[in-house]
Amino acid sequence: MLGEGILKGMAVTAKNFFGSYFSAERLTTVEYPEQRIAPFEAARVFPFLVFDGADWEAGLRCVACQICEKECPPKCIYIEKSTDKKPDAVGKLQFYPARFDIDISVCMSCQICVEVCPFEAIKMDTEFELSTDDRFGGLLLDRKQLAKSNEYYHQIHSTEAAGVDARLAAEKAKADAKAKGAAAAKTAAIAGEGA
Amino acid sequence: MIETCDQIFVLLQHWLVSFLPASWQPAAGVLLSVAAIVCVFPALFAVAVLLERKGLARIQNRLGPNRVGPFGLFQPIADAIKSLTKEDIVPQSADAAVHFLAPVLLVITVFMGFAVLPMGRNMVLVDLDAGLLLYFAMGASSELAVFMAGWSSRNKYSLLGAMRAVAQMISYEVPLLLSSVAVVMITGSLSLTKIVEAQNHYTWGLPHWYIFTPWGFAGFLMYAIATTAETNRSPFDLPEGESELVAGYHTEYSGFKFALFFLGEYVAMFSISGLGTTLFLGGWSAPFSFLTWVPSWIWFFSKLMLSIFVFIWMRGTLPRLRQDQLMNFAWKFVLPMCLVNLLAAGLWRFMGDGWLRWVVCSAILIAAYAGMGLAEMRKQRLGPRSYRYAE
Repeated sequence: MLGEGILKGMAVTAKNFFGSYFSAERLTTVEYPEQRIAPFEAARVFPFLVFDGADWEAGLRCVACQICEKECPPKCIYIEKSTDKKPDAVGKLQFYPARFDIDISVCMSCQICVEVCPFEAIKMDTEFELSTDDRFGGLLLDRKQLAKSNEYYHQIHSTEAAGVDARLAAEKAKADAKAKGAAAAKTAAIAGEGA
Repeated sequence: MIETCDQIFVLLQHWLVSFLPASWQPAAGVLLSVAAIVCVFPALFAVAVLLERKGLARIQNRLGPNRVGPFGLFQPIADAIKSLTKEDIVPQSADAAVHFLAPVLLVITVFMGFAVLPMGRNMVLVDLDAGLLLYFAMGASSELAVFMAGWSSRNKYSLLGAMRAVAQMISYEVPLLLSSVAVVMITGSLSLTKIVEAQNHYTWGLPHWYIFTPWGFAGFLMYAIATTAETNRSPFDLPEGESELVAGYHTEYSGFKFALFFLGEYVAMFSISGLGTTLFLGGWSAPFSFLTWVPSWIWFFSKLMLSIFVFIWMRGTLPRLRQDQLMNFAWKFVLPMCLVNLLAAGLWRFMGDGWLRWVVCSAILIAAYAGMGLAEMRKQRLGPRSYRYAE
């Protein structure tokens, strides 16, 4: 019969209308500033730079390879590569970003920078209350504002961070083994020469 | 006492006017009534907007606005301040004069409709013999305002919205008029006060409202559909379809002019609900004979608010139609139903009292509804969408 669907729909909305006054579990929203929902682990908003250790400037994993800058679809990342090299957390000499800015008014939270980074240096943050009264400077985050510790990363994305740590440790172990092997070969060679 | 309560506004007007010299009294009386109408309906608009926001929220299992004042009751005041303090932007290429006139004309034509609506016993601004005609004339001229707004903005969305609005309003004007014609046929008068008087009788405590007759019920349904389309309300809100046209014909309006459009839309809703109340729901008459002691204006305004609630309820339920569905519905279903309804009303008028006319009229209308409904629904063959040029 024509109009049956309309009546059914009206019944559903009427049930919602009156039901929402009687059962609190019907209400799907929370009153935001006072009530908050615990963030989901998979939540991601804007990227940040991970650093190891206590000193953010020394511990930045970023080596200014500029892959993320090139891959960024809206071109919101600005990197200036350093002219000198500094030892990173492992002690290896690396370039570092003299300047690393992300314009979050341009960023579209696509996570492509995170996917392309070979150094696990850039990750997605869950911080979303970023409103500011300065729409130019306030939304252009420099590397100091972007740097966040690995502990913080563990806190917001624990599963993902554990995976990243395991991967980095494996890589380091491999590199160490290789270095050890190379050193052993070298000493063997020296020993051979001496003999 | 009951009589005084019922006539309180009329008496108040007479008392206020009595301070003036006799030659000024008629003009002053009219001015006072106009002032009352111009104050009451915008106030009702504020209430309705809050009701709508809260009602829609509850329909969607949300809380709705609850920040300004207790339970968000002062939200309309905040909204008003916001819209009044906003910058009034006129696009550079807009036709400035027409752009300015459109909201003014809309509000004027919309308020003119109240001139002939009886809002209570003896509470009608001008008791015209052709009141219904004046009402529809004013309703039709609001389309002009809508098109002026869309045309003068020089914006493709505005123009598309205005085109849709004109097409829709003219299509639905026809069933709107035809469903009211049935009432005029039975009453034998175009005067709205006479139409209310004709319904203000009771048998066994029940009123003789036209909605309680087969032709009146069908007419009311058709009228309700047509009014929803006339006032551009969901599911017929294509002229302002947010998802495709930004805001339709008032895209380029901001600040107070936008507020005027918003006001005009809601006041049009009140006025057309008021007319529906007058035509089919007995206007200001009480729903039971033992309730006749309640002042007549209370009944009028409660019926009005009830219609507004149904409008909100429908908006919360129904999705927007497509343009072709809208047109097909108007010309292939509502219009034929209205014509059949005219036949039923004619039979009702000339078959005399008795049960036979109930059976005959109901049978005709139900058969027409079922037949047309079946015909409409059979044609729905949904398959994969095919394109002529793309692919």
